[in-house]
Amino acid sequence: MGVFDKLKNGLKKTRESIAQKIDQVLVSFGKVDEELFEELEEILITADVGVETSVAIIDQLRDMVKKEKITTAEGVRQAIKRIIAERLSDEQSGLNLSTTPSVIVIIGVNGVGKTTSIGKLAYLLKSQGKQVLVAAADTFRAAAIDQLEIWTKRAGVDIVKHSEGADPSAVVFDAIQSAKSRKVDVLICDTAGRLHTKKNLMEELKKLFRIINRELPGAAVETLLVLDATTGQNAVSQAKTFSEVSQLTGLILTKLDGTAKGGIILSIKNELNVPVKFVGVGEQMDDLQPFIPQDFAEALMAAE
Amino acid sequence: MVFEGLSEKLQNLMKKIKGQARITEKDVKEMMREVKLALLEADVNFKVVKEFINTISERAVGSEVLESLTPGQQVVKIVHEELIRLMGSTPAKITFSPAPPTVYMMVGLQGSGKTTTSGKLANLLRKDGKKPLLVACDVYRPAAVKQLQVVGSQLNIPVFEMGTGQDPVDIARKAVEHAKSMQFDVVIIDTAGRLHVDAELMEELKRIKQSVKPHEILLVVDAMTGQDAVNVAGSFNDQLGIDGIILTKLDGDTRGGAALSTKAVTGKPIKFVGMGEKLNDLEPFYPDRMASRILGMGDVLSLIEKAQEAFDEKKALELEKKMRSQQFTLDDFLEQMQQLKKMGPLSQVLSMLPGMDAKALKGIDMDDKQMARTLAIIQSMTPQERANPSILNASRRQRIARGSGTSVTDVNRLLKQFEEVQKMIKALQGKKGSRWMKGLGGFRRPF
Repeated sequence: MGVFDKLKNGLKKTRESIAQKIDQVLVSFGKVDEELFEELEEILITADVGVETSVAIIDQLRDMVKKEKITTAEGVRQAIKRIIAERLSDEQSGLNLSTTPSVIVIIGVNGVGKTTSIGKLAYLLKSQGKQVLVAAADTFRAAAIDQLEIWTKRAGVDIVKHSEGADPSAVVFDAIQSAKSRKVDVLICDTAGRLHTKKNLMEELKKLFRIINRELPGAAVETLLVLDATTGQNAVSQAKTFSEVSQLTGLILTKLDGTAKGGIILSIKNELNVPVKFVGVGEQMDDLQPFIPQDFAEALMAAE
Repeated sequence: MVFEGLSEKLQNLMKKIKGQARITEKDVKEMMREVKLALLEADVNFKVVKEFINTISERAVGSEVLESLTPGQQVVKIVHEELIRLMGSTPAKITFSPAPPTVYMMVGLQGSGKTTTSGKLANLLRKDGKKPLLVACDVYRPAAVKQLQVVGSQLNIPVFEMGTGQDPVDIARKAVEHAKSMQFDVVIIDTAGRLHVDAELMEELKRIKQSVKPHEILLVVDAMTGQDAVNVAGSFNDQLGIDGIILTKLDGDTRGGAALSTKAVTGKPIKFVGMGEKLNDLEPFYPDRMASRILGMGDVLSLIEKAQEAFDEKKALELEKKMRSQQFTLDDFLEQMQQLKKMGPLSQVLSMLPGMDAKALKGIDMDDKQMARTLAIIQSMTPQERANPSILNASRRQRIARGSGTSVTDVNRLLKQFEEVQKMIKALQGKKGSRWMKGLGGFRRPF
């Protein structure tokens, strides 16, 4: 099964429900009129795209339909697809791992799937021939270290850990020294889930980034925010607040194998211009896929 | 603060209307558009919003509002009432089986907070005098069993587990047998997170249900969930028949529209809300208070309840006496701060006060760390110094700063603060029945 198929498969439910609805809309309206735009807008809102972004997309669609004189339902479908893909396209869609070591810091609120994503990411990078080291800097949640350790064993990569309750920055410090001496290619840092509104915990995160910048000046640092696809508009607030702590270089959108549509990434792209780099489409080791906007839009809107 | 955006929006909206003599149909339309947008931005499901707006519009366009002398208030009242109605008009309590042990089954998506909430629930029920047993039925997620064990040991509550090699149905059944023979009152079964569309795992839940016949099945839902909340809650309810909902992570800044959506789609009540990472941060869900909060009317009742729980009645009485006799010392100040600390993070307490909107809160630095620093400073003083701060000369201040790991500036700042409080007390002296003293009396004698 190729990458495209896997993503397509993972997005099947998303695609089916949206495509079904759009088909319904297009069947019931047949021609392009004002009511059609309203219904399409509703579909976007129901996909968590957010009111503002949905309105903007529909406005854009309206212009496109007018300018290109689109008169068929299929034409409208293609037009929406193009708009969505274009909005999600980004030059920085890959990981910048140009230095040795490079650092990937995984951050996010509680329960979005940071640890699982790290397991998958470590596996992905290792299978690309990289030497990977993982830092267990979630020293807060019960058994988080054990969970990560199981994942690193599965992925076949090394882990640096302290005991529960230890200073996360100390873990990262040790991991950096270890990464330097072992000459690993990529150091992936797990962090504790934290609500972005908890000031102290955000300060803790700042400290962690200070350590990285001090110990590895000039290193390529990817800061990836993990977002749960089921999250609604709060994801924008999460992205905004986390980006105040460190320049976000990308998003990982998890749990896309459910019925959640993850439309919120359109709003985040719109407001913060942060690209999605990976999507999580299942619980298996290889269920982390690079995010490709065209595929995403295609899978989202394509009819079966 | 929960629902801050929504409450802000509605407040601004009402301000506009407040200035007018009467509401026209056009106003209502305009208003409903705003309410609709606010609710959608708050992640309330699209269909739920539509229904809500229809009900409100019907009531608002009616004569009730048009003839009202204060239309703004009327509309607030209608929106408020409908929000309460939508979320369930009375607080829902957790129920117990007449034949113990009472079995609760925790279900939900991955990452919604089932394990932490299981621990919180066990802790809460133990406070009520129950003897709870936690059961680790998540055999899939790496280290999930260990996580529950750690939570259990933190709370000193026993955890029943059979590792990860067993069928969760067997684990659940044996746990209940174990609970019966060991006379546990309450059994809380922590199940693995699963997608509602995962037929195989949903089947497993059905088998657990069939095997142990839980008294209540509680669906744990992340308060940040978006439009999908209706699909998740609806699907779990259709397949399992849930009895209640626990909303987690409400201590963030999510507007929590999921509260409205899940209730609307399942008809099942929200029984608890998770308000933090500590294992006692589980609170009952009060629809009326949540609605008040939505409308920016504060959550005074919750605050009072917190105060009642945390404040020691005898100590409060002593404090009041001391204030009357002007002997308010740094010791008392320390005492007061510790009492306040018991009520939870300062930001959480303050956010419940009426008139405290998000914008105002942003300006105040409510660092819990700073609170700890203050405590350290006072604790570094001798009893003599605490009773009579005027003897604090430069060298004493330096010693205190060293002892508390702060700076002399910090010490000075605190003393200045304390002086202000003393001044305030002096000013209040004699003014019998002043608002402030009434407030303190309220803490002492619960209303």
